[in-house]
Amino acid sequence: MKTKTGVRGGIGQSVRRVDGVPKVKGEFEYASDLRRDGMLWGETVRSPHPHARIKAIDIRAALESPGVRAVLLAGDVPGKKTYGLDAQDQPVLAWDVVRFAGEPVALVAAEQPEQAKQAATKIVVDYEVLSPVTEMEAALQADAPKLHPQGNVVRQLRVIHGDPEAEAEVWVEGTYETGMQDQAPLGPEAGLAVPAEDGGVDLYIATQWLHADLEQIAPCLNLPPEKVRLNLSGVGGAFGAREDVSMQIHACMLALRTQRPVKIAYGRQESFYGHVHRHPSRIWMRHGATRDGKLINVQAKLLVDGGAYTSTSPAVIGNATTFAAGPYAVPNARLEGTAVFTNNPPCGAMRGFGAVQACFAYEAQMDKLARAVNLHPIEVRLKNALKTGDVLPTGQRVTGAAPVRDLLSRCAALPMPPAESPLDRDRMLIPGGAGNVGHGEALTRGVGFAAGYKNLAYSEGFDDSSEAWVRLSVDQEGPLAEVKTAAVDVGQGLDTIVTQVVRTELGVQRVLVRQPDTAIGSAGSSSASRQTMMTGGAVQLACQAVRDEVLRRAGTSIIPDPLDEYLRPPIEATRVFRHRRTGKLDADGQGDPHVSFAFGAARAVVEVDTELGLVRVVQLAVSQDVGRALNPQSVRGQIEGGSAQGLGLALMEEIELKDGKIRNASFTDYLLPTILDMPPVVSDLVEEPEPGLPYGAKGVGEPSTVVVPAAIVAALRAATGRELPRAPVKPDELVGIR
Amino acid sequence: MRHRVAMTINGTQYEHEVEPRTLLVYYIREQAGLTGTHIGCDTSSCGACTVEMDGHSVKSCTVFAVQADGAQITTIEGLAVGSQLHPLQQAFWDEHGLQCGYCTPGMIMAAKQLLERNPKPTEQEIRLGIEGNLCRCTGYQNIVKAIETAARTMAAQAGKEVKAPAAVS
Repeated sequence: MKTKTGVRGGIGQSVRRVDGVPKVKGEFEYASDLRRDGMLWGETVRSPHPHARIKAIDIRAALESPGVRAVLLAGDVPGKKTYGLDAQDQPVLAWDVVRFAGEPVALVAAEQPEQAKQAATKIVVDYEVLSPVTEMEAALQADAPKLHPQGNVVRQLRVIHGDPEAEAEVWVEGTYETGMQDQAPLGPEAGLAVPAEDGGVDLYIATQWLHADLEQIAPCLNLPPEKVRLNLSGVGGAFGAREDVSMQIHACMLALRTQRPVKIAYGRQESFYGHVHRHPSRIWMRHGATRDGKLINVQAKLLVDGGAYTSTSPAVIGNATTFAAGPYAVPNARLEGTAVFTNNPPCGAMRGFGAVQACFAYEAQMDKLARAVNLHPIEVRLKNALKTGDVLPTGQRVTGAAPVRDLLSRCAALPMPPAESPLDRDRMLIPGGAGNVGHGEALTRGVGFAAGYKNLAYSEGFDDSSEAWVRLSVDQEGPLAEVKTAAVDVGQGLDTIVTQVVRTELGVQRVLVRQPDTAIGSAGSSSASRQTMMTGGAVQLACQAVRDEVLRRAGTSIIPDPLDEYLRPPIEATRVFRHRRTGKLDADGQGDPHVSFAFGAARAVVEVDTELGLVRVVQLAVSQDVGRALNPQSVRGQIEGGSAQGLGLALMEEIELKDGKIRNASFTDYLLPTILDMPPVVSDLVEEPEPGLPYGAKGVGEPSTVVVPAAIVAALRAATGRELPRAPVKPDELVGIR
Repeated sequence: MRHRVAMTINGTQYEHEVEPRTLLVYYIREQAGLTGTHIGCDTSSCGACTVEMDGHSVKSCTVFAVQADGAQITTIEGLAVGSQLHPLQQAFWDEHGLQCGYCTPGMIMAAKQLLERNPKPTEQEIRLGIEGNLCRCTGYQNIVKAIETAARTMAAQAGKEVKAPAAVS
């Protein structure tokens, strides 16, 4: 690229994180660390019932409780009473009806956190308990209670492709389920609202998308957007959990009412109630093929549980349905998707966003097809692999890179772990060994494969953009480039990528990434594998504008060295990047819905103790289509972390619900993969630059999470011969095999 | 009822009144004002609050502040000497052993204890040594790598320290 000689750390290099030093020294300020003199603490009162009518709320005792400065109810919401990313149907505070257990009903602000908690327990809500709708199918029955005025369907769509009645020689069929997964970022939700002299409010917040928060907060506060200023605070992971608003509006309401700074910081238990989760799914599929394994027809009916409110369910079911045939060339298909309302906790964004659930089902089907036509799982996939120029079930033609064959072949060829006897290895490497439960008497090994794909950025006509400001100046140390956007580094490493882009475009070593806020235009969300493309693209455009001015001043065609004399006065530019426009789907699901795609393939090697039902994943190997790796170390880090979350979904992570209530809202009961659960990941980067994207780089955060659950469960099926139609696979489903 | 506690944190003496129920992690964060020690779970599952107390690594959410009366505490803020990072801090940065960084202080404090007990751990010993600490971002691979790298650096430094006097004489 254009990196000047001597400038280190441009794109393509494994540059260390720009926030690495403050993070390893404990100096990085997370939202939970925020403080202000005289601040109050906010507490949220939540419904214990999944479905109930609020008859009365008595706050008198709470108001008299020590240290209490405000108690607020739905009637105290200054403006619009509801919010939401898509439909604004979620109450800021419930009135009349509560639709899920954990729904906010009242707020308290007090001098000390304990006083706020104490007062919250003194609020008496008189509920008329209603019977909850907790099953997806039950929600769709004609006589089911209507949870929203429009009924219980969030979105229904169908994709009709070719001749959906087309006959085939071989058919395989199955119904698959995935559980409700929690994003479980290690830093729980927190924020600090500070009332301002102009009657507005400044909110310091850990979020994924400052401007979407702003658009939802301001109308609820009945304030013009310019009086609500959001400033990013340190984000302790996100994975979709911070896409929706949690405590933002609540903290602002309390701050405006008390005219004091108010901090709300969730604990882990409240975090489980305070954000949306990954949609549980039930997916029926029927695949028709020729006798030699060539796909002819894919039929699918997908059902996902959106829970109590809309959140991003329309887009999640859009993804799941349009991707239901997998990364394969399929001439005929009928794909029908439905997202439903229930009285379960609301579901929305989590890494993989609908593509994960679909992949779990279609890859199980591909293995069934492989057995039916007597082909190796890799062979049947290679025979049907999608390639550039192919047409998807939506009628959209794949114009960019689609190296599915390459991914599959390379993944299958990655080095296998050595086969070890249970006797001569560390006990920790035996399933159940860590708890001294298993001794390796009944071990069987299995290998499974999966391929899958995911859209990059938002789909179906969403007008997506990112704005960046770049300033190039000179001080006593030489040239300095400053960058500002509203884009959030949630931990994925965006600030480092931005720094690399600036170094490459301007040939300047010193780059300062300013803290994001809403004073600049939206950067969109740090989700959907989109920020490297969108904000990376915006920063590139702004840098190019700055460079043009340098060249004009210098009268040269390359950036002069030294640069200093041309930077007085400093040069600034603000630019907006937009990806190509996409379109909505028609009534038959035809259109041009997605910007671009990232593909992945995974191989899992597992060992099962067939007497105890215990599993050890021995190795994960992932080949991923990355376009171009702008920071290879960081890309591999994304693949490894995404694989761990996939392993969690495959084997242990599930929010357990009973009658709509969460039974395991803690890390002692909701199991996250530990370092002993997680095997080494062999990652393989397939670089085929994507035309039309900055530097040809694709987003890299999601494909591994899409394919790993399917690959692990495929390996368990290979090891045990069991059907295993549901993830996570629990020990009960694996015991008693011999 | 309140108790007066005094402890040394990162070489500095702190003395405050606490309630008997006050957890050490809240004392460190709220009263000593050292927010590098994080709270991730409230149930002693995640290890984000790991600190060193009298030479042992402890999850500071499982210790009452009154139990730490008179103790020597080291938190993440006590590892670097000025701008000179501790080898573990340097290695976590170099090896990309962190993403969001929320688990990192606890991970480093747990790893420090591990390397003090076992300066040359195998990969399995590293994994076993820090299995009480959760990371949601990295898949742990680069955390293992970082601890291996730090172990090598610390061994090399220890070697130099031993050799140095000989070179002088």
